[in-house]
Amino acid sequence: MQKEQDQILGDLTSGEYKYGFYTDIEQDSIARGLSEDVIRMISAKKNEPEFMMEFRLKAYRHWLTMKMPLWAHLNIPEIDYQDKIYYSAPKQKAKLTSLDEVDPDLLETFNKLGIPLEEQKHLSGVAVDAVMDSVSVKTTFKETLAERGIIFCSFSEAVREYPDLIKKYMGSVVPYTDNYFAALNSAVFSDGSFCYIPKGVRCPMELSTYFRINAANTGQFERTLIVAEDNSYVSYMEGCTAPMRDENQLHAAIVEIVAMESAEVKYATVQNWYPGNKEGKGGVYNFVTKRGICKGDNSKISWTQVETGSAITWKYPSCILRGKNTTGEFYSVAVTNNHQQADTGTKMIHIGENSKSIIVSKGISAGVSNNSYRGLVKVLPGAQNARNFSQCDSLLLGDKCGAHTFPYIESGNQSAIIEHEATTSKIGEDQIFYCNQRGIATEDAIGLIINGYAKEVLNKLPMEFAVEAQKLLQISLEGSVG
Amino acid sequence: MSTIAEKKSLTDQFLNLYRDRADEISANSAPLLNTHRDFAVKRLGQLGFPVKGSEEYRYADIESVFRNDLEKQFGENKVSIDIRDIFHCDVPDLDTNLLLLVNGRYYNDGQLIKELPGGIIAGSLAEASRKYPDIIEKHYNNYAIGSKDGLVALNTAFAQDGIFIYVPKGVKVEKPVQVVNIMISDNDLMAQHRNLFIAEKDSEMKIVVCDHSLSAQRFLTNSVNEVYTAEGAQVSLTRIQNEHNGSAQITHSFSHQETRSRLSASTISLHGGFIRNNLFVTLNGEHAENQSTGLYLSDKGQYIDNFVHIDHASANCFSNQLYKGVLDDYASGSFTGRILVRRDAQKTNAYQSNNNILLTDDAKMYSHPQLEIYADDVKCSHGSTMGQLDESALFYLRSRGINHRESRLLLMFAFAHEVIQNIKVPALQERIDDLVNKRLRGELSRCNNCAMQCG
Amino acid sequence: MLVIKDLVASIEGLKILKGVSLEVKAGEVHAIMGPNGSGKSTLASILAGRDLFSVDSGSIMYNGENLLDKSPEERAKEGLFLGFQYPIEIPGVSMVNFMKTAINEMRKHRGEKPLSASEFLKKMREKKELVEIDSSLTNRSVNEGFSGGEKKKNEIFQMAMLEPKLAILDETDSGLDIDALKVVARGVNNLKSPDSATIVITHYQRLLDYIVPDFVHILYRGRIVRSGGKELAVLLEEKGYELIRQGEVNL
Repeated sequence: MQKEQDQILGDLTSGEYKYGFYTDIEQDSIARGLSEDVIRMISAKKNEPEFMMEFRLKAYRHWLTMKMPLWAHLNIPEIDYQDKIYYSAPKQKAKLTSLDEVDPDLLETFNKLGIPLEEQKHLSGVAVDAVMDSVSVKTTFKETLAERGIIFCSFSEAVREYPDLIKKYMGSVVPYTDNYFAALNSAVFSDGSFCYIPKGVRCPMELSTYFRINAANTGQFERTLIVAEDNSYVSYMEGCTAPMRDENQLHAAIVEIVAMESAEVKYATVQNWYPGNKEGKGGVYNFVTKRGICKGDNSKISWTQVETGSAITWKYPSCILRGKNTTGEFYSVAVTNNHQQADTGTKMIHIGENSKSIIVSKGISAGVSNNSYRGLVKVLPGAQNARNFSQCDSLLLGDKCGAHTFPYIESGNQSAIIEHEATTSKIGEDQIFYCNQRGIATEDAIGLIINGYAKEVLNKLPMEFAVEAQKLLQISLEGSVG
Repeated sequence: MSTIAEKKSLTDQFLNLYRDRADEISANSAPLLNTHRDFAVKRLGQLGFPVKGSEEYRYADIESVFRNDLEKQFGENKVSIDIRDIFHCDVPDLDTNLLLLVNGRYYNDGQLIKELPGGIIAGSLAEASRKYPDIIEKHYNNYAIGSKDGLVALNTAFAQDGIFIYVPKGVKVEKPVQVVNIMISDNDLMAQHRNLFIAEKDSEMKIVVCDHSLSAQRFLTNSVNEVYTAEGAQVSLTRIQNEHNGSAQITHSFSHQETRSRLSASTISLHGGFIRNNLFVTLNGEHAENQSTGLYLSDKGQYIDNFVHIDHASANCFSNQLYKGVLDDYASGSFTGRILVRRDAQKTNAYQSNNNILLTDDAKMYSHPQLEIYADDVKCSHGSTMGQLDESALFYLRSRGINHRESRLLLMFAFAHEVIQNIKVPALQERIDDLVNKRLRGELSRCNNCAMQCG
Repeated sequence: MLVIKDLVASIEGLKILKGVSLEVKAGEVHAIMGPNGSGKSTLASILAGRDLFSVDSGSIMYNGENLLDKSPEERAKEGLFLGFQYPIEIPGVSMVNFMKTAINEMRKHRGEKPLSASEFLKKMREKKELVEIDSSLTNRSVNEGFSGGEKKKNEIFQMAMLEPKLAILDETDSGLDIDALKVVARGVNNLKSPDSATIVITHYQRLLDYIVPDFVHILYRGRIVRSGGKELAVLLEEKGYELIRQGEVNL
């Protein structure tokens, strides 16, 4: 029985990465390496205004003075930043008749990934910005959204079309000085999405960005900015995949969210970058800075993430709760298998009175992976009646993986109430037997139990994502339960 | 950049001090202790002093407490008065075998090593290393040597004496051994003592360590305790820290537990300007049990920092940490607890809990409970809370006619008592209950004989 | 239906069953009684396939096939149901999802099409009424936060849903008040049919007032020391387990 379980766990966790294909398309790439000239070249290729290039150069110069952070519970091999390509765009065939048309090869790529870009084929409730390597390929439903004053476009387009908004908000939540990877991103970021919800508007559909790394040796550095004005609402989703390659790909993104008075922003991620093979070869290094600020009173930002991919994940979606009665939420399921390493969590910075935050983190480790939760809850002296509740659970599948919890709790206000709970466990043999006794095979039982375990988080995802995430969990863990 | 220069200078300062006075240090200690010094000095040179902001010393500013120009004594104690004239432990009904440590050296009352009633051998560590070289050689610096903390190397390099307590195989003693660690001097003073407690197979003993300061000078102690509990041994260790607010205390405790051993350690921090307690426990044999508890009550500008690391190196072990604190005024504190469960330590049960009450907006508390787990068949959990007293409990008490202040005190006392009840010496438990009660009421909680008006 | 011959079983080298033989035919209700530690729950666990116990010798045939060769879920799919003495909590897994998976697994095994959502919900409603289970319970996670009595009722509810051929109820009566006991008994009686059988494991005679057994066996120190009709249970109630202690001598 134990043996059989190991076998099933082995099968379960050895599942193949479904998105590992590569699209053979001509690329417009620049040479490897990073310098001020490279940054000027990126800026020129994107036809950027002067202010943007200045921003990039300032960030680059600052980056040169910084060192890679080493505090995470990660074993990061040395990265040769001069060996990466910092700009690569798929070349679209010239015969396109309208600007909105997309190269059929690219359409096919996104179709294969389950993201059809033709609006009529797409799920009606979701608008998509599709980004391949360094550029946005297409943004759907732009016109529909524009009718309500919502701006949803690629970041490059926003830099050209809405420079004032970009100047005002870019770097206002994550300054380029914030950390090593934020500085790098600010210097070389390629594309990403921009989203602006005007006062009083509830965005009628889910907005989403789909990121795809295709080209070899290319770093992906996208940047997303969401601004929600007073009394507005938007729900945003992000997905990502990459082909299977033997070398490690570098991904360093920034997401900034600004929520004004009584605005609500929900941001969901299903991160499925290529995790490397069973022996730990290849895979994406994922260094991401995501942060939102609840600037106005009564605003709310909610992060939900399902992290199943990447060889290394370094990611802490955070909330600065500046306004009164603001709410920050973080719901996370992080799965690591084989040789994956994840150090992920959140920061909740309570500044405003009556600010509340909730953290629910569910880690699942399998194979020989290491999975860490790292989170900071900080209450500043002015945050009267701040409340935080954190629940961090770890589930270990097999006896060669590691699960770790590193919360940092700093309270400087007597009226604050902070509670943190964490548990570590494995799937109980008695639970599996109970399912077996009702006729459910061990593999299905494990699937049921894992989905039950992660349910609290999966429930927070928009419908379309929840189903996918549930499947993804099962696939990620194929061959791993023990 | 300036911090690096200062750090270097602090390390260099002590390296120079060692170079200048190595002969004097060795001459006033014992050969077995001296054999460890050169390596320790080298290690100090490599590790340096802990830096505020590092993972281990995130909030504790160690350099600031070393900055005072403190006298270091390496010869005989200069205290001329008879300590016994000015110090009496006045805990009612606390019947103990008393040993005194004055300014980091064993206080010789005629016998350097004594055989206490019941069979425990105790006395000066330096003397013990001459009398029982085999035991000392086997255990001394055996558990502390792996430490990556420069302060431990600093202690090993400079410590000349301390307390040695040994309970032989199968010997079980109910009466606690009490170590009173006194700081008294005409000048500001730094002392570094070294204790070694050994419980052989299936033995039982209780140890109470009390830290006092008997004069108003600034004091700094940097002490290392090594505790070895052999197979089946049971040790209870209570430490009561009650120094004045001008003193700083850094303690490092390394406990090594073998199969089926049980160690229960309570650290009660009542007073002291700056306290940092490092507690490292290695559960090295199956079915070993460790209970580590702590209570800290701080006010004014006090800083109390507990760092606990439990290493589950064997399967089937149990550990539980419970640390609680009440912070008043502009006091600050930190708790870091780490449970490490190694790959083969299956069937581990490990729990950790840190609860804090902040009484003012100026008080600050940092809590950092951690789990690092590499085995899958384990039950581990931790919890941390910060907040106020339970409003509904407060209301319940008030609805029974108890006034607001009294209700709060009752609840705070109950909060603290959960830790106190783990103290295995009943008379001491009562006394600490009483001290805590007074402390919470703002009445002086110092032991009556203490000459200091703390604060 | 079920033939157990000279079953010897142990856990970590400790012998628990020391030669148990028992035959159960379709349509019969058997009661196994005995003091704590006599091996009753071990027997139930072995029948369901719990791998904590090792079978050292003897055989168990179920519908003419060797039961011991089969995995726990195969046994379940072939109609063997164990009502757990201590039902397991599975956080996050809803009762609906759990039961639907189980039922459809069994249907697949029998070559039937899976139930549609509406058919399933209809069945669930019917069975809920039958066992008088609070309908809110089935909206919650499996056994999570259920009281002792609710857990036991939930076992009977699952039994009703799965319609087993051989139901083994391991101390389903323990911890139940008299009303809950009646509900459980009524559930069991309602599910009785000529082609199914039930083994009731109990410590007390009380349950047997409501579920009337055809045969009563007394298991003591790993052996069945006495078998008889339902009157044996009454006798046992009167004289207590002293009866078997004497019985041990004059077997």
